[in-house]
Amino acid sequence: MIRIDNAGHWFRPNHWLFRDLSFALVPSEVTAILGPNGAGKTTLLRAVCGTLALREGAVSAAAQIGYVPQALHADHAYSAIDMVLLGRSRYLGRFNSPGRKDKVRARECLHEVGLSAIADQRYDRLSGGQLVLLARALASDCRILVLDEPASALDLANQGIVLRLIQHLARSRELAVLLTTHHPDHALGIADKTLLMLHDAVHLYGPAGSVLTEENLARMYGVPVRRVEIHSGDETVAAIVPLHGLGRSGSASPANG
Amino acid sequence: MTQDIVQPQAFEPARRAPGAWMPITLYAGLCLALIAALLWSMVSGRYQVPFAHVIAILAAHLTDVTPTWTPTERIVVEVVRLPRVLTAAIAGAGLSLCGAVLQGLFRNPLVGPQTIGVSSGAALGGVTAILFFGFGAFVQVGAFLGAAASLLAVLAIHRSDSMSPILTLVLAGVVVSAFCSALVGMATYIADPETKLPDIVFWLLGSFASASWSKLLLLSVCTAIAGAVLIGMRWRINVLSLGDEDARTLGVHPARDRVILLTATCLAISAQVGVSGTIGWVGLVVPNLARMIVGADHRRLLPVSTLMGAVFLVVADTLARDLTAAEIPVGIVTAIVGTPVFAYLLRRNATSKTP
Repeated sequence: MIRIDNAGHWFRPNHWLFRDLSFALVPSEVTAILGPNGAGKTTLLRAVCGTLALREGAVSAAAQIGYVPQALHADHAYSAIDMVLLGRSRYLGRFNSPGRKDKVRARECLHEVGLSAIADQRYDRLSGGQLVLLARALASDCRILVLDEPASALDLANQGIVLRLIQHLARSRELAVLLTTHHPDHALGIADKTLLMLHDAVHLYGPAGSVLTEENLARMYGVPVRRVEIHSGDETVAAIVPLHGLGRSGSASPANG
Repeated sequence: MTQDIVQPQAFEPARRAPGAWMPITLYAGLCLALIAALLWSMVSGRYQVPFAHVIAILAAHLTDVTPTWTPTERIVVEVVRLPRVLTAAIAGAGLSLCGAVLQGLFRNPLVGPQTIGVSSGAALGGVTAILFFGFGAFVQVGAFLGAAASLLAVLAIHRSDSMSPILTLVLAGVVVSAFCSALVGMATYIADPETKLPDIVFWLLGSFASASWSKLLLLSVCTAIAGAVLIGMRWRINVLSLGDEDARTLGVHPARDRVILLTATCLAISAQVGVSGTIGWVGLVVPNLARMIVGADHRRLLPVSTLMGAVFLVVADTLARDLTAAEIPVGIVTAIVGTPVFAYLLRRNATSKTP
């Protein structure tokens, strides 16, 4: 559905953020990008969305892309439903405004992310602005969904809700999903494929389970990590735990004195 | 199954977006206010024409009315006041519409035709035209070219720094305005005091006193063309107000749209400056007042701002005409009303950034 071939980019000459990067997104599959700060994750997303011209390589998209930025500062006080309606803009001529069908579509999409109740509230005063932007991407009838750090600014419960929503959308709408995250757990939870962007333009790509190993993650973040599995009822949850050296000494619970 | 996937209580309670109520009542109210302002403006003045006579003189064009008015009253209404009040209304409508569009495009409610240097550019163009060709049709052309040139200059300065875009934009406007003012000063200094200077000074003062049917026609045509383009592209302005990168991800290419919008804005502003000189503050203050009433959505903001601007300038011009024994320039009235409102907006804008 979308192919990235031999992508390479730098901002300072010969300081490659990434190079020879190739992967493809297919419908109903979630691909997660992980990497330390400054590894070029957002830059890669911008290249995928076509708002940044790569120094090397090519992005060939065969379908509409919907982009969900991490946050969007709106200088004007639009309502949530108007923000979603903006997703319809690509189908409107220069002198056209959204019609009844567009409005119905926008309401559906806002409902799909569970925000019908706040349709008329001001977008700039919502703390869940990214979900409105997700609804906006859905309203553009995209086949490829690109998200920059979804669920990064949410509490534990809402992280789970948003991740499940993204997985559900990928399956039910057959979307090809590409997202960045700082949480290896999130990638383990919903990603089918994972791309690790290490420093010095090195990257690793493959099925989430086989790429997200203790060794790879430790190499990427420079911190030793353990991968643990927790069994709860009939489900097994994999978690990545960093060993920051913050643990307390002693094998049992801390004793008094 | 996706219903209630995120509980609404996960989000901060927010105030209902302004303007979600019936806009038709508002449009009707504004139209009535405009008609009332126009009629009041034609009645009042040093030469009082009774309200009934104004109505009768206007109605005589549509139906047979037995003349109850004096010939002088007819001349005052038809030749002096009617073109003047209509010019003021259209100028106010155009300025406010352009102000609202510029504020959307530059993502900044403190931008106006004056703050970004377009008005002073138009003034410089007009003065240059008077200087070389005398007072006439070239004033319009000069005003348009001056407006376009100053806008290009502001954009060139603005782009060179992206650290604090809003501040650079306003400062770029100040710089270009100052440059234009200096050149206007030089033009008035070297202008022939017998022939050119009176024309220049009179024109620069900014007044509707010289309004005529021919000037009104020119202003109407330019404002109508610009207005059709600007109001027609009201949804695109919503898209562009999110910033270039976001507009591109929404499938809209901002560059050409912005050129069209800015050209239309220049056309309307320069037509106004050409007809009545520089009139400040209208295009800055009125869109902000309109935004307080109907919210930021340009689909509603543009028409409401246009109507409010028309009412505002007709009232301001009537006050300028009748407040004192000698007429004061309308620009003084708009500045007296506009500056305190602008100060209030500045303060409100500064405080709202820190929650």
